Amino acid sequence: MAKSIVNRGSRETLLAHREALGNLREILFANVVMAGEIPAPTGYERRITRFLSDRFTECGLDNISLDQAGNVAGVISGKTGRRNLLVAAHVDKIWAESEDHTVSVGVGVMSGRGLADNSLGAAVLATLPLILDELGITLDANLILLGTTRSFGRGDLRGMRFFLENSAWEIDSALCLEGMALGRLSFSSLGMARGEIVVEVVRPHDEESATEVSPGVVPTLSELIEAMLAINRRGCPDTRVLIGSIESGSGYSVPPGRGLVRFEIRSLDADRVSEVEAELVQLVERFSGRSGTTVGIEIIARRRPGNLGLDHPLVREAGEILVALGLESRVEPSVSELAALLDRRIPSLTLGLTKGENRHSPEESILLDPIFDGLAQLVAMLQFMDGGDFTF
Amino acid sequence: MSETDERIARWLETNTFHHSEFWDMQELVRAKHEAGLTISLCIPTLNEEKTIGKEIIVFKSELMDRYPLIDEIAVIDSGSTDRTLEIAASYGADTYLSADILPGHGFKPGKGENLWKAIYQLRGDIICYVDADIKNIHAKFASALVAPLIYRPEIQYVKAFYDRPLAVSDEVRPSGGGRVTEILVRPLFSMFFPELTALMQPLSGEYAVRREVLERLPFPIGYGVETSHLIDLYQSSGLDAFAQTDLDKRVHRNQSTTDLGKMSFGILQTFLNRLETYGMAKDLPELHGLFRQFQAEGRRYEQVTHEILEEERPPMITLPEYRERHGR
Repeated sequence: MAKSIVNRGSRETLLAHREALGNLREILFANVVMAGEIPAPTGYERRITRFLSDRFTECGLDNISLDQAGNVAGVISGKTGRRNLLVAAHVDKIWAESEDHTVSVGVGVMSGRGLADNSLGAAVLATLPLILDELGITLDANLILLGTTRSFGRGDLRGMRFFLENSAWEIDSALCLEGMALGRLSFSSLGMARGEIVVEVVRPHDEESATEVSPGVVPTLSELIEAMLAINRRGCPDTRVLIGSIESGSGYSVPPGRGLVRFEIRSLDADRVSEVEAELVQLVERFSGRSGTTVGIEIIARRRPGNLGLDHPLVREAGEILVALGLESRVEPSVSELAALLDRRIPSLTLGLTKGENRHSPEESILLDPIFDGLAQLVAMLQFMDGGDFTF
Repeated sequence: MSETDERIARWLETNTFHHSEFWDMQELVRAKHEAGLTISLCIPTLNEEKTIGKEIIVFKSELMDRYPLIDEIAVIDSGSTDRTLEIAASYGADTYLSADILPGHGFKPGKGENLWKAIYQLRGDIICYVDADIKNIHAKFASALVAPLIYRPEIQYVKAFYDRPLAVSDEVRPSGGGRVTEILVRPLFSMFFPELTALMQPLSGEYAVRREVLERLPFPIGYGVETSHLIDLYQSSGLDAFAQTDLDKRVHRNQSTTDLGKMSFGILQTFLNRLETYGMAKDLPELHGLFRQFQAEGRRYEQVTHEILEEERPPMITLPEYRERHGR
C-alpha cells in the first residue's frame, strides 16, 4: 500500500514544493498564454496538440505520438516502469475558431476564453516534465502525459475513449486535469444522456402570408421546455434535466420556423437516466403529433455513472493533501474524461488546478497564485500513486 | 531594370528573411555566445496594462528561461497612470521611468525619448525594441529580429514587417505597410530615397540594432524617430546595413485617422529636416509645429490645433555620462 505523503510528516515538503515551483512561473504562464491563444474547437485540435507535442519533444519525452483520434501522448519513463500512471487533460474548448482567443494578463490574474476549461490543464500537462525536474522527482512508474481531443458536446469523450480502447499501455491509475476549481474532489461520474430536440413548423408555400397567421415554433418550444423542467419538480433530487441552450429565430418580427433545445439528463442512477430519456421521447412524440409541427429528439452522448468511493485511498489522500495545503475540499461529480476512466474501472480522480470565475464566458478568468497549490497537489498525488497498487 | 531596381531586388533576395528561417533556437543561442554578444530587450510604454504582462511573460519564458537569448528585459515608461509598471515588474521585467534616466538632461514626453534613454540604461551590444501593444505576442517578435545581427556581422539594423493583405489574388501577396506608410512615407521615400522603399514597414516599432549604430544616431523624441533612423543610417552606410524579417501577423490597436494625421505631421517635420540636413532641399521656410485639424458639430465647424514639435536628442555617444557608463 502506498504511503500517505501527508501522513509521512511531509506537509513541509508539500509546501516546499509549492514554493520551489515559483521558479517555473514564467514558463508555466507562457504555456497558459500560448495554449489559451490557440483556437481548439472540438474536432479541430490539431494546432494545440502540435503545441503539446513540441513541448514534449523539447522536454525529451519518450514515445511522443499522435493517434488516430488526434490525441497527443508522451511518456516520462519510470525507474522501474512496473506501473503506468496517466495524467490527462482535454485540449478542446467550447469556443469557435472565429472567436477572439486573446489572453490578457493582469497582476495575479489571466483572462480569456477557455483558460479554465481547459487551457490551464493543457499548459500544466506541457509543463509537468519541467515541474518534476525542478523538484528532482523521478517516479518508479512510467508517467504517460495525454492531451485528449473531442471532449465536449458531440465529441462525447471520443479522444479519451479511443486512447483507452487502443493504447498498448495498461493504465494503473490516472488523474484528469481541469483548470477549475482547486479543491474539487471528483472521484465519481454522473450518469448522463446529452441530446438535442428540434422543433419545426411546416410552412405553406406562401411564406409571407404564413408569418401573418402562424406564431412559428415559439409556443411549442415554450410548452416543451416547461414540460422538461416539470420533470425536475417531481422531487427526485439526484436526477436533473439541464437545459443548456435554446436557439431559435433571427430577428424581431418574423416568428421562427425552427427551434433547437440542447439538454442533458444527469443522475447518479443509470436507470433513472434511461427512465427520463424515455419520458422525453414520449414527450417529443406527443408534441410531434400536432398538426403542422414536427419534433425530433437525438441523443448524442451518454455516460454511465461510476464512483471510486469516498473511502478509496486515492480519494482520502487527495482530501488530506488539500487539508495540508489549507484548502477546503468539495465533492463534485464529473461528466468529463473521468467518466471514461471509471467506466473501465481505472482508479482515477479529476483535479482542479486553480480558482477563477466566469467559466465558459468570454470573460473567463483564472487566478495565478493558487495554481501553485494545484501543482503541489498534483505532484503529491503522483508520488502517492507511484507508491501503491490500487484497485477500483 | 534600373540600377536602383536591381539593387533593391538583390537586397530583397539577401537581406529579407522570414521568421521561420530562425526556428532553431538552440543554434541561435549557440551562435550568440560564440559571437560574444549580449542582447537587451526594450519595451517603451505609456499606459499599456492590457498587453504588457503577456509580453513580459512570453519573452522571459521563451527567450530567457527556456533559451537564454536575451540578457535583460526592460520596460521604459513615459509616466503611465495605469498599472503598466506594476504588472511588468510583477512578471520579472526591469522597470524604469524615463524621467529617472539621465535626470540631468530632463524629460521629454515621447516614445523616442524612451528609446534614446534605453541606450544609456541598458547593457546589451544589441538592443531590440518591441512595442507594448501587440496582442498576438510571440517570442519570434524578438528572436527573429536579433537573429540576422547574430548570423551576419555586416547587418546593423533589422526591421520587422508583417503580412497585412489588402487583397488576395493569385499567389502574389501585397506587402502593405500601415496607412501612414503607404500614403506618406513610401511616396516620400520613392521620391528622395528610393532604395528605402524596399523596407516593407519602415514605421514598425519592432527592430533590433547594434549599439555602435544606435549611439551615433540622433533621436527625434516623437513620431519621426523611426523615419530619421532609416534616413541617417542609409546616408552613412547604405541599404546593405539593413535587413528585415517577416513576422507574419501582428494584431494591435487600430489608431484613429485623427491620430494618424498627427503622426504624419510629426514624420513630415522630421523628413523635411533631414532633407535640409543632407542638402536635398533648399530654401525651405522655417518649419513650425502647429498641426490643424477640423471638427464639425451640426453646421458649426471648428479648428482643432495641436502643437507637435519633433525635438531631437543628440547622439548618445556625445554624452560624457554615457561614455563613462559604457566605457566608450
